[in-house]
Amino acid sequence: MSEAVVSPLPAGPPASTRRGRPSLLVIGAFVVVGVVTVCAIGGAAVAPHDPSAQNLLVTLTKPSMSHPFGTDDLGRDIFSRTIAGARTAIIGPLIIALGAMLIGNFFGLLAGYYGGPVDSTIMRIADFLFALPALLVAIVVVGVLGGGYYRAVILLVLLFCPLDARLVRAATLEQRGRAYVEAARTLGLSRRRIIFHHIWPNVLPVAIANATLAFAYALVSLSALSFLGIGVGPGTADWGRMLSDSRTLLFENPATALAPGIALVITAAAVNVIGDWLYERVSDSGRVR
Amino acid sequence: MSHPHFARFIGRRLVAMAAVLVAMSFVIFLFLYLAPGSPEQILLGPREATPESVAAIRHEYHLDQPFLTQYFLWAKNALRLDFGRSIITHESVSHEIVQRFRFSIQLAGLAFGFVLLVGVPLGLFAASKRRTSVDRSIVAFSVAGISAPAFATGLLLLYLFAVKLAWFPVFGQGSGFFGRIWHLALPAIALGLTAMGLILRLTRAGAATVFDQDYVAFARARGVPRRRILVAYVLRNALIPIVTASGLILAYLIAGAVLVETTFALPGLGSLLVEAITNKDIPVVQGLAMLIALTVVFINLVTDLVYLAIDPRIAFEAAHA
Repeated sequence: MSEAVVSPLPAGPPASTRRGRPSLLVIGAFVVVGVVTVCAIGGAAVAPHDPSAQNLLVTLTKPSMSHPFGTDDLGRDIFSRTIAGARTAIIGPLIIALGAMLIGNFFGLLAGYYGGPVDSTIMRIADFLFALPALLVAIVVVGVLGGGYYRAVILLVLLFCPLDARLVRAATLEQRGRAYVEAARTLGLSRRRIIFHHIWPNVLPVAIANATLAFAYALVSLSALSFLGIGVGPGTADWGRMLSDSRTLLFENPATALAPGIALVITAAAVNVIGDWLYERVSDSGRVR
Repeated sequence: MSHPHFARFIGRRLVAMAAVLVAMSFVIFLFLYLAPGSPEQILLGPREATPESVAAIRHEYHLDQPFLTQYFLWAKNALRLDFGRSIITHESVSHEIVQRFRFSIQLAGLAFGFVLLVGVPLGLFAASKRRTSVDRSIVAFSVAGISAPAFATGLLLLYLFAVKLAWFPVFGQGSGFFGRIWHLALPAIALGLTAMGLILRLTRAGAATVFDQDYVAFARARGVPRRRILVAYVLRNALIPIVTASGLILAYLIAGAVLVETTFALPGLGSLLVEAITNKDIPVVQGLAMLIALTVVFINLVTDLVYLAIDPRIAFEAAHA
């Protein structure tokens, strides 16, 4: 009750955590993402067993030396499947985050720079898409039409870009009035050059921070679709799919659920921590860059 | 609310809302044509396709009419909440929905209670302990909550509290008021965790800025009790972003219910949707999709009205744009 009364300065974290070294949590998050990325690139090559090899002699074994997390009902090695599952956990969300960022940035820059009818048309469409609950739309549309993982990825790119467009539009509006834009205009540079070579680099940090958070949400959404059986095909080593298969195996070998579940939560949390950290760095400078 | 621009603002929103609903209803109607298989096959479902049964189905669902007429007939029935019959149970779609509705409302209500009763106090507490390890732990907890998908936390909770510790039942719906709450506790926590993390952050961020205001410092200097400062000064002002975010939270809860009801094998609307999708029961999917569309559009309207009540300039600008 005492400290805030005397503090004359606006509160904020001490300067050392603000700009200097990232905290231990952030470093840990980068390590997690690094490990998951290695697993995603290596796939079956870094796994001790073939992730899809069935061995009906060792079904539902408890964790042991040769099978650190035990095996599932078909005798597949849970540890190897969890490692192999990193691939669908990285590829789809990466496409969604980058795709939504590029499309959203393009339309956000146009809306912010041109204003007027261009702006109101783009933003009206963005508002409509933004109001749709992305995961539910993906469940219904991919569920009815079929098409699985990659159709879900394309749909989510579309549903995620309005947020990017909104953010970038707001940042562009702020940049448009700056002196450097005025200068570029006076020099007679083309609009395309001003928008993409002068303004875009200045709004990109916000867009990248947002794309990181979008990646985490895309990861959760895609694994939810796989969990419901409308994402990746049956038998694929995917965290959502593994969780769905493990529901009936909780009593026999809980690791069938715990390994992919914890991998999913920790990866999503790590990406969120990095995204928050990026956002803080971007907004700490008071303005965009 | 008597000013003409308020009325104009609301009128515009209602027109936009109706237009969006018509567009959505057309897309939802198209499901029958976009889904793999012919409409006759879909509507016959597991029944045998004889020339007579196909003709009967074509007549019953107006498939013998021109395409746009089909849509208008479908939309006219939809307005009367008639979406046809489930191809699996042969019950009417609205009957199926009504049967499952109460259960989902109970689950969502319990989850919403959890979100508010845990998220808001923890957020306030964290804000009052800013830059301490308590604050950092609470924030880390909220990040974990936001990152954790409902089905993963659901399974982890199920393993820990139902299988390992046996404090809660593994499945079932429970009877009586307390039996129901006991059975729905784990699903409600799994469902509410993400929204709880969001509310916690919003409350903390909102409260943190209010704590820095001069009037709070002045209230402290006057010796206003700590609890009164928290509730009457900080919470009241921090509530504004929470109220405006509640639309987002409801959308989270609806999507999460689909996952949680599947995880815990509960008979709600979410599991009905998944069952209907798995069985290619398009009439049920259409009925549920229309219900979702209506809910989303309604939530957006309410959110707009709340903004309007908080900041009348929005209505003024909109009316003069």
